[in-house]
Amino acid sequence: MYRYSEFDTAFLEERNKQFRAQVERRIDGSLTEDEFKPLRLMNGLYLQLHAYMLRVAIPYGTLSSAQMRQLALLAEKWDKGYGHFTTRQNIQYNWPKLKDVPDMLDALAEVGMHAIQTSGNTIRNVTADHFAGAAADEVADPRPYAELLRQWSTDHPEFQFMPRKFKIAITGSENDRAVIKAHDIGLQLIERDGVLGARVIVGGGLGRTPMIGKELSEFVAFDDLLAYLEATVSVWNQIGRRDNKYKARIKITVHENGIDTIRAKVNERFLQVRPQFKGADMALLEEIKSHFAPPVFREGSVASFESAYTTDPVFRSWIDTNIAPHKNADHAIVTISIKKHGATPGDATAEQMRVMADLAEEFAYDELRISHEQNVILPHVHKSDLPAIHAKLKEYELATANIGLISDIIACPGMDYCALATARSIPVAQQIATRFDELKLEHDIGHLKIKISGCINACGHHHVGHIGILGLDRAGVENYQITLGGDGTETAAIGDRTGPGFAYDEIVPAVERIVDAYLEQRESSEETFLQTYRRVGMAPFKAALYPEAQANAA
Amino acid sequence: MPRTFTPKVVTANDLMEGDVIYLTSEDRWTRDLSEAELITDEAHAQVRLLDAQRQTDIIVGAYLADAVAGENGPEPTHFREDFRRTGPSNYAHGKQEKATQPRA
Repeated sequence: MYRYSEFDTAFLEERNKQFRAQVERRIDGSLTEDEFKPLRLMNGLYLQLHAYMLRVAIPYGTLSSAQMRQLALLAEKWDKGYGHFTTRQNIQYNWPKLKDVPDMLDALAEVGMHAIQTSGNTIRNVTADHFAGAAADEVADPRPYAELLRQWSTDHPEFQFMPRKFKIAITGSENDRAVIKAHDIGLQLIERDGVLGARVIVGGGLGRTPMIGKELSEFVAFDDLLAYLEATVSVWNQIGRRDNKYKARIKITVHENGIDTIRAKVNERFLQVRPQFKGADMALLEEIKSHFAPPVFREGSVASFESAYTTDPVFRSWIDTNIAPHKNADHAIVTISIKKHGATPGDATAEQMRVMADLAEEFAYDELRISHEQNVILPHVHKSDLPAIHAKLKEYELATANIGLISDIIACPGMDYCALATARSIPVAQQIATRFDELKLEHDIGHLKIKISGCINACGHHHVGHIGILGLDRAGVENYQITLGGDGTETAAIGDRTGPGFAYDEIVPAVERIVDAYLEQRESSEETFLQTYRRVGMAPFKAALYPEAQANAA
Repeated sequence: MPRTFTPKVVTANDLMEGDVIYLTSEDRWTRDLSEAELITDEAHAQVRLLDAQRQTDIIVGAYLADAVAGENGPEPTHFREDFRRTGPSNYAHGKQEKATQPRA
């Protein structure tokens, strides 16, 4: 886990002091809202539909138990007793009062956390594979490099007024759990001839113009990577469009100029930038790596785990869905579902946060992760501790066995909170989860990712959902468009629109018809929804969704 | 032909709390849409908006929102304004904690 240096601490203290004074000047009337707004956004403070919202960065989704406890404290002391984990591995507080925000930021600083660059046209929180450092399929832990990127991008003088925001995601595995192809830059760590480096993907993104990222370089060695990334951002900063914010992201720049032109420009810029990187970054990376040294994995018998697995069907079901393979065979990766059927996806109460912090401290080498799928992960757990963890989670409504299933839904806050939203997403997620829980079908349906956004900006990643749902305002009424076949992994794809949208009270039955069509079409229970869709295409789903249109055409 | 003017209320967010507020005919800010001034004259609406926008030390982001006369005062015409006057639908938070507005 990264520990702040004296520089980090002093920097944050200074920033928080500045913001406290800015809030005071706003309240006493010496700053207008126009003057204050960019200052508050630089510190993660938004004004939403009903209240302010503070977005706190959780760099690469990694937390210690002390940090998680502090997040619980903020929820309890200055909010309404809960926090919302987001699709960018951050946490949002939906109800802070303006005068309290400086105190909240000071409390965060006590545990080495902040809300800097969680908004604005800057390089945002660098996200990473939530199984980093634990996954059995990993080449290297991507978090030291993510931390280097955090330090490089924070307050970077060249990158404070860019055409638009810029998002970087990094993974150490071939199996992409970090959606790297839907980011401005996606990095996949690879090893070539004993040298660690990264494959660089550029120009992915969702929003109103969804694009799958393209390969900018198949391999850049670590020694050159920071210079190469600086060159890439620099090229876009120069030629990226500033005339139209909807055309400003690097995906448009890549699309308009072509990947070959961009590559040539980056290579040219790289030669200019490279001499400025004299190895200090690599020395720093070495130092950062020491912070992320894996824990000494304890040894011991896993017999108690095996006996619980055999005798307790509830435990077995939870293991089968919520556990992933760990690089140490006696250990496991536990995903704690923050998606209890009918609850708000990603919302955890202060009490639940403390319970998860306690579990991390007692059983999981003091580490927690937040996934972009809005769940919490205990990355390193000895298998013999799984029964005790499961028992504790059950007490606090955290033991839902639904990871990767139809009720493990990503949903943005939508019009229940967000000022940009055009329709609600949370109640749609709640109703879908409740409905399929009633049907007792979700384990039979198997792997199926539903992702819901309440506006075209696509914070809910609907384009890469196996079933994507986009909430829109059609003539003053909420209307939901459906896409099928999206995929956020290494086989990334943008979903295809099914056709006309559905009203608020029609959307859950529509999803049910899609699922029924899948169950009818699949060749066996082994064939997932996505595999079936790829095999049979849109037609059977369209027929199920729009029976009237089919009848008319006949 | 210019579009016909539809009735409006002046709405904004409170600077300190962020809560949704409305301008009353007595120049007071209320958290309850039914107490807002329903403006039926376009020129008057512009004046009231200016009156609101001047108060930057207590409010944020004033604008004119469509509304219609209801039994107990102005009511929203669009679902966004209905959510603004009520609060989120997943928890009884915000205005619903004080239960000023039953959900339609």
